[in-house]
Amino acid sequence: MAIRRGRGVAAINYPTGMNLGGDPTQALVHSTPTGNFMVTLSSVDLGQGMKQIMAQICAETIGVPTDRVVVDTADTDTGPHCMGTFASRGTHRAGNAVIQAAREARQVMLEVAAEELEVNASDLETDGQGNILVKGAPQRSISIFDVALSAHFKRGRSISGRGMFLIPRSYPEKETGAMKPSTCYAHACTVAEVEVDDETGEVTVLTVKNVFEIGRALNPKMVEQQLVGGSWMGISHALYETTEPYYPDRDHGGTDFNQYLMPGPGDLAQTEIIVLERPSADGPFGAKGPGEMCANPQIPAVANAVFDAVGVRIDTLPITPERILRALKAQASN
Amino acid sequence: MAKIPVQFTLNGAEKAEFIDGGTTLLNALRDKIGDTSPKGGCHQGTCGACSVIIDGELRLSCLTLAETCNGAAITTTSGLSQDGVLHPLQRAFLDAFATQCGFCTPGMIMAAKVLLDHTPDPSRDDVVEALSGNVCRCTGYEPIIQAVLTAARSNSQNAA
Ligand code: FES
Ligand code: FES
Repeated sequence: MAIRRGRGVAAINYPTGMNLGGDPTQALVHSTPTGNFMVTLSSVDLGQGMKQIMAQICAETIGVPTDRVVVDTADTDTGPHCMGTFASRGTHRAGNAVIQAAREARQVMLEVAAEELEVNASDLETDGQGNILVKGAPQRSISIFDVALSAHFKRGRSISGRGMFLIPRSYPEKETGAMKPSTCYAHACTVAEVEVDDETGEVTVLTVKNVFEIGRALNPKMVEQQLVGGSWMGISHALYETTEPYYPDRDHGGTDFNQYLMPGPGDLAQTEIIVLERPSADGPFGAKGPGEMCANPQIPAVANAVFDAVGVRIDTLPITPERILRALKAQASN
Repeated sequence: MAKIPVQFTLNGAEKAEFIDGGTTLLNALRDKIGDTSPKGGCHQGTCGACSVIIDGELRLSCLTLAETCNGAAITTTSGLSQDGVLHPLQRAFLDAFATQCGFCTPGMIMAAKVLLDHTPDPSRDDVVEALSGNVCRCTGYEPIIQAVLTAARSNSQNAA
């Protein structure tokens, strides 16, 4: 009886969003009379930071500072349609929709500015600070504030735009079953080091080293926040969490936080996060979805590390002390 | 059923309410008084989201009957900022990106405040111990631990 050490590695390709019926998300963008911009969505911010990212995407596309953009995700009854916040899809799907809507709004904004400045809209550019300038003659300019006032009270224009994301639905091929479930994949690789007590079956994760390839980090600190939390969650899935240990039998299913276990602040593995950025072809500013993806590679890595430590393959999650001890017993009797 | 009068201070302000017998402090604060900073995560003492400070001690408001709080001094997270300036713990949580959905945050901050009130210069183990009754789904805890350690450092710098 001893504490045994093991190390496991795993790599994943993870789809951003899904392709059941095209995975649509729509967005609307409009300006207020004073030249702030409103993004209306039904996509929900669960704390992952979608509002911040959508404000950045809208601001960058229109050419205003981020604090000039308000994101309203208030109500799925009244907002434009969204499939939901899941499957690492928020940034990619809603982000693409917001870019399209913001481009259309920007075009109207430039047309109104062109009328005010008596030039062609194609000769105008934004300075990112809230002004529209004539290319090559920046002394001729107008503030977006004044453009919005003019649109609302003088020219009768709505500075607004509509955007949507939709990919053609992919049906499985009859012969092979092959299909295209996604257009965009994020990648990750994790190395986990564990200690397994072969007397009690208890697993301690010592270190997890993760590399995540996420397209482009639109907000690096918030990406890191997702990845740190996700890495912890992956270990939690690997070793602790289950609603139905004897599924479909409900007996012994966790009913509260005393039974539905997760690693607490005293059970943290030493965690390392490395971010690789390879901009995706169809993501907003190259982004892919890091959210759900980042909680996956730890699971096979821990399973492999347990195998390396004590020589048993646990193929049912979570990898509980009971499952390890049963496997060790079966192995000994073979 | 006869209502029961209770009176206590909440974040320094006098509060008096008539409540039903058996009302938890959590429900009294949220539904009667309108302080929604303590959160109801489990209503049975296992998540820490409802933590408040009663007479200097960390307590679970979901397991505390409001009628036992007569004359008590109660602190919640909504009472921490002063004239619009965030408490060092709140500032540190923001700076460390230690909050995502935010549901655990008020409870975490209450637990951390009691720790720092008693142990101004805590070790990492002290922080882990102090937070071990609080559940977080989102952050993986490490950013929270770092935030508390940072707040402790900024407190001792201000004191110095
Ligand atoms: S609500 Fe009080 S401990 Fe969970
Ligand atoms: S931030 Fe979501 S539960 Fe802690």
